[in-house]
Amino acid sequence: MAIWVIAEQQDGILKKVSLEILSKGQKLAEELGTELEAVLLGEDVSELADLLAAYGASKVYLADDEELAPYSSEAYSQVIAGLIEENEPEAVFFGHTALGKDLAPRVAQKVETGMVSDITEAEVEDDQLVFTRPIYAGKAFTKSKVLSTPIMATFRPNVQTMSDADDGASANVEEVDVDLENIRAKVVDVQKQSGGRVLLTEADIIVSGGRGMKGPENYPVIEELADALGAAVGASRAAVDAGWRPHSDQVGQTGKTVSPTLYVACGISGAIQHLAGMSSSKYIVAINKDEEANIFNVADYGIVNDLFKVVPAMTEAVKKYKDE
Amino acid sequence: MNILVCLKQTFDTEAKVELKEGRINSQGIKNIINPYDEFAVEEALKLKEANGGEVTIISVGSDQTQEALRQALAMGADKAILVESPNGDEYATAKALATAVQGIEFDLILGGHVAIDDNSGQVAIRLAEELDLPQVNVVTKLEINDGKAVCTREIEGGVQIVETPLPTVITCQKGLNEPRYPSLKGIMQAKKKELKRVGLEELELAVDSKVEILEVFLPPQKAAGKIVEGEAEEAAGELVRLLKEEAKVI
Repeated sequence: MAIWVIAEQQDGILKKVSLEILSKGQKLAEELGTELEAVLLGEDVSELADLLAAYGASKVYLADDEELAPYSSEAYSQVIAGLIEENEPEAVFFGHTALGKDLAPRVAQKVETGMVSDITEAEVEDDQLVFTRPIYAGKAFTKSKVLSTPIMATFRPNVQTMSDADDGASANVEEVDVDLENIRAKVVDVQKQSGGRVLLTEADIIVSGGRGMKGPENYPVIEELADALGAAVGASRAAVDAGWRPHSDQVGQTGKTVSPTLYVACGISGAIQHLAGMSSSKYIVAINKDEEANIFNVADYGIVNDLFKVVPAMTEAVKKYKDE
Repeated sequence: MNILVCLKQTFDTEAKVELKEGRINSQGIKNIINPYDEFAVEEALKLKEANGGEVTIISVGSDQTQEALRQALAMGADKAILVESPNGDEYATAKALATAVQGIEFDLILGGHVAIDDNSGQVAIRLAEELDLPQVNVVTKLEINDGKAVCTREIEGGVQIVETPLPTVITCQKGLNEPRYPSLKGIMQAKKKELKRVGLEELELAVDSKVEILEVFLPPQKAAGKIVEGEAEEAAGELVRLLKEEAKVI
């Protein structure tokens, strides 16, 4: 009986969400009196086992094979389902990432179990795992439990706190034989977005621009603030629909859901659908000329003024602090 | 090309969410086709227009789901199947869909990549697994050539190009197409198109949900925030100071 974290790596780097889930997993495993273990798939990823151990995994199932080099839902689900059937973990956790969203439901159906998606909290109540998650674009929350085993859940990234790494820890590594059947869907190319900024879904700080930006040519104003803060740049639906920014920048109900520590909304009115994408941000700052804008109802800090005057001044102030 | 489209009816995005006796109150709420499923319906219609064949809409729902199905039929789909099932979880819903499509010949199953009400994004993938089909999710561009689908799939920071033979399950993302509005003619014709209702007993399916909802609650009201007063530059400087020293986020 163990809690498993399906660790996610990309190009040999472990995704932060995997470490977040392990950190949470440590506490849950302790409360349930069970082990915390990790499962790692890929090619040439064996050295990552130490990092998984540093975040609490006492055992790592390592499926290291060239057939697992590109991610494939069919290949990965076969390996993971096989491991689940053999080892019967109590719970299996994934990050609610592009990969997790694609893979976890397939594994869940393969092993005939229930799963709660995009959870923001996992707790032990009466010796059972209870998951909290937002529904209806964050207008409501549910607490649920999975009645079957293994208990499965996908965790929203950037919500759980990472524990301190225990660099001295080591894990028992079990190598897994990879024997795949009938893989049909295959990745033939990967095209990365250019631009060196951190990804929206993983960013700690996001600066977002909406209708108030008045045009695509004005985005450098918020990009400069983002650069000073080491932040990602987002957009509201209005800006995307107007063709000013790509859909991949869109934060909101029909765009991305983000949970940064700080979300700076510039010229964004704060429609319900936008809030759906960023309301789990730890701190929200709103800069808008319109004092009636809905965004001020959810902002922790706000400035009612022209963003074209405020944002450059903020950039200067941030740069000054960074220089000190 | 015969295409199945999985469709879910959801609350309108503007809907005010209230609780009644600990459950979400659905009275007086406007229902719509899940926006992402609209992309699926539109894509199916485009493929039918290019290749011939039939588009069948399938949904797990209740009486009022018929409205959403008629809308899809009005857009141009040929027939619809409504599986009447009480609120099951994603596992049960996938089983219901998989059972309902037994005996139907299809080349492709399309659906939205996520429903805007529960935000799970599980059912279409579970269905692919049930039917032992490959899957490609969150697709923004789709080409079908010689029994093969070439898909552009959105991932963090970019896209993947994924190829898979048909039949397959593909879920749709915004940007794939622009869903058409039903024409008046389409709306009239929809009334005569086949909408089959089938219950779980008819499907000989007895399946329990594997997730139990213990509680539904509304988020706590947020405390009022702080408006930083003053001239733009002054306020900006003060805000940055607050973020650094009070919130400690920069």
